[in-house]
Amino acid sequence: MDLSVISPTLLVASLMVASTPLLLAALGELVVEKAGVLNLGVEGMMIVGAIGGFAIAVETGSPVAGFVAAAVAGAALASVFGVLTQFLLANQVATGLATTLFGLGISSLMGQSYSGIRPPATPRLDLGPLGDLPFVGRVVFGHDWVVYFSLLLTFAVWWFLNRSRAGLTLRAVGENHAAAHALGIKVVAIRMAAIAFGGACAGLGGAYLSLVRVPQWTEGMTSGAGWIALAIVVFASWRAGRVLLGAYLFGGVTVLQLNLQAAGVALPVEYLSMSPYLITIAVLVLMSARRRGAAAAPASLGQSFHASQ
Amino acid sequence: MIRRTFLGTTLLGAAALAFMQPAFAQDDKVKVGFVYVGPIGDGGYTYEHDQARLKVEEHFGDKVETVYQESVPEGADAERVMTQMALSGADLIFATSFGFMDPTINTAKKFPDVKFEHATGYKRADNVGTYSARFYEGRAVLGHIAGKMTETNKIGYIASYPIPEVIRGINASYIAAKKANPDVEFNIVWAFTWFDPAKEADAAKALIEQGADVILQHTDSTAPHAAAAEAGNVIAFGQASDMAEYKPSPRVSSIIDNWAPYYIDRVQAVMDGTWESDDTWDGIGPGMVEIGEITAVPDDVKAEALEIRDRIAAGEYHPFTGPLNRQDGSEWLKEGETADDATLLGMDFYVEGLTGDIPN
Repeated sequence: MDLSVISPTLLVASLMVASTPLLLAALGELVVEKAGVLNLGVEGMMIVGAIGGFAIAVETGSPVAGFVAAAVAGAALASVFGVLTQFLLANQVATGLATTLFGLGISSLMGQSYSGIRPPATPRLDLGPLGDLPFVGRVVFGHDWVVYFSLLLTFAVWWFLNRSRAGLTLRAVGENHAAAHALGIKVVAIRMAAIAFGGACAGLGGAYLSLVRVPQWTEGMTSGAGWIALAIVVFASWRAGRVLLGAYLFGGVTVLQLNLQAAGVALPVEYLSMSPYLITIAVLVLMSARRRGAAAAPASLGQSFHASQ
Repeated sequence: MIRRTFLGTTLLGAAALAFMQPAFAQDDKVKVGFVYVGPIGDGGYTYEHDQARLKVEEHFGDKVETVYQESVPEGADAERVMTQMALSGADLIFATSFGFMDPTINTAKKFPDVKFEHATGYKRADNVGTYSARFYEGRAVLGHIAGKMTETNKIGYIASYPIPEVIRGINASYIAAKKANPDVEFNIVWAFTWFDPAKEADAAKALIEQGADVILQHTDSTAPHAAAAEAGNVIAFGQASDMAEYKPSPRVSSIIDNWAPYYIDRVQAVMDGTWESDDTWDGIGPGMVEIGEITAVPDDVKAEALEIRDRIAAGEYHPFTGPLNRQDGSEWLKEGETADDATLLGMDFYVEGLTGDIPN
């Protein structure tokens, strides 16, 4: 066992890369749930974003175009979910699960001709001398633009939900849609917008997997990341700052356990592999044990709304 | 009402599909069925089985007809698929995954005149044979290249599950790498998955960051190759399939499953009426395991690797030849002694020199 082979700089840097897809998808779902909608289709929207972004990036040679396309693809699939649940009042849980299954299926259909292709590279930003600073240079200034975008988005979501009038309206819809409706707020329109935003974020997260983190397209490549993003939202008790913490904790434990294994630490591998999931369960239990935690969920979460009610 | 019409149409469509499949069975042709566990486009395991099916068609032309079913779950569904194949006139059915073992045996009991071939299993009957490949022979060749090519003397190994097949691979590569370079060290990461590109990429990155400049993998995606390409100065090897898209570097060689010669041989046996249930475990010699083109390594390393491959093929060299000790230092094989198949099939220990424990 030799822990000195693990470089803290590289560990933190790769932790951030591993966490970014989770962070993006979880931020989107946070806004959706704050609007009172439970969309279990995150996994499906992520993988549709992964193939959509990959295909467009390969065809155009531009990773940025790929990320834009991924956001559009994710939002498009989310809109299908939105129409079914907001206009046709379908059950949100069942529709969300169907969205995931549909997304997995259509992505493997779309991806038939894209396996084994290398995408155009998304380079790390070159910040000149800043990038050469010890530790800070690699950890703070040595990433691609999507990592910075995801951090900026965390702040933007926090500001929107807690400091803006529009955010207050969105939260009102999520807490009590009947009262919001009585105030003249367009509940369905706001929820549709939130759902589309959530889909776009999930799509970006998926594209980050296929364009940066792996980077290649393979069927089923999200392998559960969408479900973890859903868990992170609950873990974070619906707060943007804690979503960041949750995503980095989860991504961090995964990367750390692989690093510890590679360094030959004599910890049983099964426990290391289990640890992120155990931590999530532990936090969920702790949260529900405290009354304040349970009350953090938007009161109208998962309920269908119709103006005639 | 609309719903009933819809249901009716769907049922009719399903029935029509079901009847279309067996409609063209003819008695003078040998009909061969293939049951796959994954999609034929997985680029790895199932892809190679399907390539072999196409070679069977090419080889026999009009004399053979093949049918296949992809993404068949391991369980009761497999029995249904095989039953349908048998009912539609299949003479020989290849069940290509370990998890099809009991369904194969059950179906075989119902159709004593149909021959079954089950991959990587151990249950046989009068009309059920088994077959598998000695991938460890290929790993010995890759291990040699790995040992010669590493400059940091650290080789990263991404393992899937702690089963004998994977442990055999680790041991075979280590023995060969150690012979090529006595200072070599293996860092083994258990991913506990056959296929999870993100996790495989993270594992490869962790190994590379800790100084490994050669990555061996027993997982199925090309994600570790992408990580190696990004890091630069790191080489990797194709698994199950050639993974040629990462040629000439970082992918410098590969182990390829080539089932075609075996499938052609068995179909021929059915045609001739000489088919018998047996247990086949073939390696490089009969061509079931192939070494992909060796690229981007010095000529002498390539020549040595090819020599090892040829000596294994000719039966002159066994990758597990003594003197070899187990990890705890106890003697396993004496000078010149080679491992027997029973020990290899049940291998649950590391050889001396490997560090870490095998997870249970």
